[in-house]
Amino acid sequence: MASIGSSTQKSALTFQELLFRLQGFWAERGCVLQQPYDVEVGAGTMAPETFLRVLGPNPYRVGYAQPSRRPADGRYGENPNRLFKHTQFQLILKPPPVNVQELYLESLAALGIDLSKHDLKFEEDNWEWPAGGAWGVGWQVMLDGLEITQFTYFQQCGGMDLDPICAELTYGLERIAAFLQDVDSIYDIVWARDPKTGAKITYGEVRLAEELQFSVYNFEEADVPRLWEHFNSYEAEAHALLVRAGALFEKEDASATDKKRFPLLPTYELALKCSNLFNILDARGAISVTERVGVIGRIRALAVGVAKAFAVQQAAT
Amino acid sequence: MSDFLFEIGLEEIPARMIAGAEAELGKRVQQLLTRERLLDDGATVKTFSTPRRLAVLVAGVKSEQADVEEKVTGPSWSAAFKDGRATKAAEAFAKKAGVDVTALERVATPKGEYVGATIKRRGVAAPEVLASELPKEVLAIYWAKNMYWRAAKPERFVRPVRWIVAMLDAAVVPLEIAGIAAGKASRGHRILHGDHSVVITSGAAYVDELRAASVVVHVAERRQLIRKALDKATRLVAGARWREDEPLVETVVNLTEWPAVILGGFEQEYLDLPEEVLVTVMRDHQKYFAVEDGNGKLAPHFLAVLNTKADEDGEAIIRHGNQKVLRARFKDARFFWEVDQKTPLAERVESLKSVTFQKELGSYHWKTEENLETASFLAELCTKAGVKFDSDALTTAVRLAKTDLTAELVKEFTELQGVVGGLYARAQGLGEKTALAIYDQYTPASVEDNIPVSVEGQLLGLADRIQTIAAMFGIGLQPTGSKDPFALRRAANAIVKILAESELPLKLSEVAHSALTDDVHERKVLEFLTERLNFYLKDVRGFSYDVVSAVLASGADDVRDAIARAEALSAARASADFEAVSAAFKRINNILRQAAEKGFAVGSPDAVKAPEAQKLKDAAATLAPEVAKLRQERKYGDALGKIATLRPAVDAFFDKVMVLDPDEKIRGAHLGLIDGVLKGFSGIADFSEIVTA
Repeated sequence: MASIGSSTQKSALTFQELLFRLQGFWAERGCVLQQPYDVEVGAGTMAPETFLRVLGPNPYRVGYAQPSRRPADGRYGENPNRLFKHTQFQLILKPPPVNVQELYLESLAALGIDLSKHDLKFEEDNWEWPAGGAWGVGWQVMLDGLEITQFTYFQQCGGMDLDPICAELTYGLERIAAFLQDVDSIYDIVWARDPKTGAKITYGEVRLAEELQFSVYNFEEADVPRLWEHFNSYEAEAHALLVRAGALFEKEDASATDKKRFPLLPTYELALKCSNLFNILDARGAISVTERVGVIGRIRALAVGVAKAFAVQQAAT
Repeated sequence: MSDFLFEIGLEEIPARMIAGAEAELGKRVQQLLTRERLLDDGATVKTFSTPRRLAVLVAGVKSEQADVEEKVTGPSWSAAFKDGRATKAAEAFAKKAGVDVTALERVATPKGEYVGATIKRRGVAAPEVLASELPKEVLAIYWAKNMYWRAAKPERFVRPVRWIVAMLDAAVVPLEIAGIAAGKASRGHRILHGDHSVVITSGAAYVDELRAASVVVHVAERRQLIRKALDKATRLVAGARWREDEPLVETVVNLTEWPAVILGGFEQEYLDLPEEVLVTVMRDHQKYFAVEDGNGKLAPHFLAVLNTKADEDGEAIIRHGNQKVLRARFKDARFFWEVDQKTPLAERVESLKSVTFQKELGSYHWKTEENLETASFLAELCTKAGVKFDSDALTTAVRLAKTDLTAELVKEFTELQGVVGGLYARAQGLGEKTALAIYDQYTPASVEDNIPVSVEGQLLGLADRIQTIAAMFGIGLQPTGSKDPFALRRAANAIVKILAESELPLKLSEVAHSALTDDVHERKVLEFLTERLNFYLKDVRGFSYDVVSAVLASGADDVRDAIARAEALSAARASADFEAVSAAFKRINNILRQAAEKGFAVGSPDAVKAPEAQKLKDAAATLAPEVAKLRQERKYGDALGKIATLRPAVDAFFDKVMVLDPDEKIRGAHLGLIDGVLKGFSGIADFSEIVTA
């Protein structure tokens, strides 16, 4: 095997430096930096900073790291390449600048990737989240055969055409870090290095226990009837709120204040709870293929319902 | 004459769409120039494409359209001129035609005299025509999936348009597409050239100027570069060959502007995984070419096609990265393989209950039960006909055929369903015949593909597909027009192909019946299969449509027999005698039809009087048993040769004998004679369908 050269590895960014660099790069280009959304999501797209911000006419640029949960992908911490929870750096550029691809390549250079020594391709990969009524066209960005970013031009969200559209860049941080640091296991990624002593903390030290325990929970311990209870309960509350939102927004004499203060953002959180519960039930093997479509339809009704109401609320206030 | 160069620069176009769009752009530009009278007779049109651009270069464009004169007619002369003076009507007409009133002409028509004018249309200069017409053509290019990108959504295209080059010789054609004004500035390779523009000086210099910016715009040239580079990289491994894969070559041709190839390796231990899995990971997931040793066995190497030219240091980094990714993928595959072995296929049958086959019909468990019944019906027919096969292995294969749908490896690599089931059956010691049948169940995947090699596999393939077709027809989901969401046509094509290329003694009607109880649907399914047989004979075997119609009119139930008859008929039709006989049969058909319309009775041929009629009767009588015997023996070529010998008798008969004789008795005898000839010799094909010169 050819050696990548030890100098590359030594100077490679730690996991947290990688995040700092991306944040710094995009902050310098006018992006709002947000914190990770504090409700369980399967992807950065589902956080309201993307799912709801892309609706309507207002320009917006935002970046945030988003821990993303995929219960079925958990491997008890035994598989060096798969995680129950991975970290996306999610970026929304609305509307997309004409040089968005060039900016993206600059961001890679900012991570210390010398593109003249790598093979980079934009390969077609279209994205959709059926439960969110969202889809777009774009690419997976391949660096030396590794997919490091999903690049999407959002076309629809919440079942509505977007205008303006936005560009969504989703960097897979663990993959990029493992690539830069040239380690064979995600758990060997250096998360942080003490600048004084040079002492390292690895990804495994920070997260392995979480991977193991959540795998055990998601695959073995999660209480299926109770999860369904939670699901039904969150769904019922979200549904009731959506019914009230519908009535309020249809009322001609409703005041702008009443519309503005209607709690759609919390309603969306309830929908996200349902989505996460569904994923756990799915990992637990509790959802048959026949049931699947029906349950996704229920989540879709909530997510799309919120998006539609949110668009009306934005326009009205 | 000028050179016209047009290049549209885009963000990376999906590889699968580039070839079609390049051809369409060329066609549209050529048609536009022809329509606008701007294309010189000797003009040449060349097209180019890379992931970031489509381009066309036309040598031989006129600088402007020729002037044309057009005659138009207006009001009647009497309405236009009263007392020699122009009326309002004349003035209005002259104004509309853009001529002076004094220039109006008298035009004589059958309806009287009218006012005419000759309009001189100045030819429009090429840049003006192109500026107004070309953008519409470009934006009308078909894309399988396109997108909006600008605010207010003014247009859709495959990806955002980033630059336009449009030049007639050295001058810019002032056109605009999707808000981008044309200029001379193209762009080079993203990394090797960078963001600064490449100024094109003329169409003739286009290819070289982009080459200098590390872009090979000629698709054929990139293809050749890649093939050569694959060969060269493979030579680093003694005795090795890269595995030919044309679709993959096309994909990488369309993913690169400046291609290069590196050879990578992986650990020997992964060769323990089945070759199918390794190749799928390399080809479908990484777009790598597999490498085999001198004996055709997979070697622990791969070839990656790069879109860059790296130095030695860079190449090492790129190789290292690609190897790492592949190793991780192989590790995953091995993990799934091992996990899957914990639950043998036999234990997975029950879990098929939770895998939906079709919402209204049921699960794959239901489908398996149905397949078992269908397969046992077909198996029984084969057994009766003396076909040797292992019926226990068949039953096991049918019962387990769908269980791999619950395997992790198939969830990860869906394209390997069937193959994985077969490999697992082998690994779990279920017997080679069972394993092979499961492995082959989805072949042929296309009309070019091979059929299953074993009788068990053929029967499983037939049963599975006819059950799907029959069940879908049963709930009204048959294909309509271009809509065939369950790919039932492909399934039926596979049935026909299996029957055509195997030795199974099964008829289409028996296959249709095997999965059905309801007569109406059975008839529809049989019609559907016959239609696919027609398609197979014409489009796959290449028989001409009249041969296919003639053959199928004489029987369409036995696929291999229909092919044999079509082959014999295609060979025979070349002979002049045979053609004459075919023409005569067509004539017979017409005469019989006319006679029936007139209510003429068909009598016994025994009453014929004319010697030519007698001769035909004798010839037919002698020939009939010989032809019947040859047909029985399926010696169709010989049978058709015999039929062709009827020619002198037939020709003489039609030359000398008035078929529709006024004498009712004689007429009846003639009709009886030709009816007998037609019926007696149409068992191989209905010759009246043959188109003769």
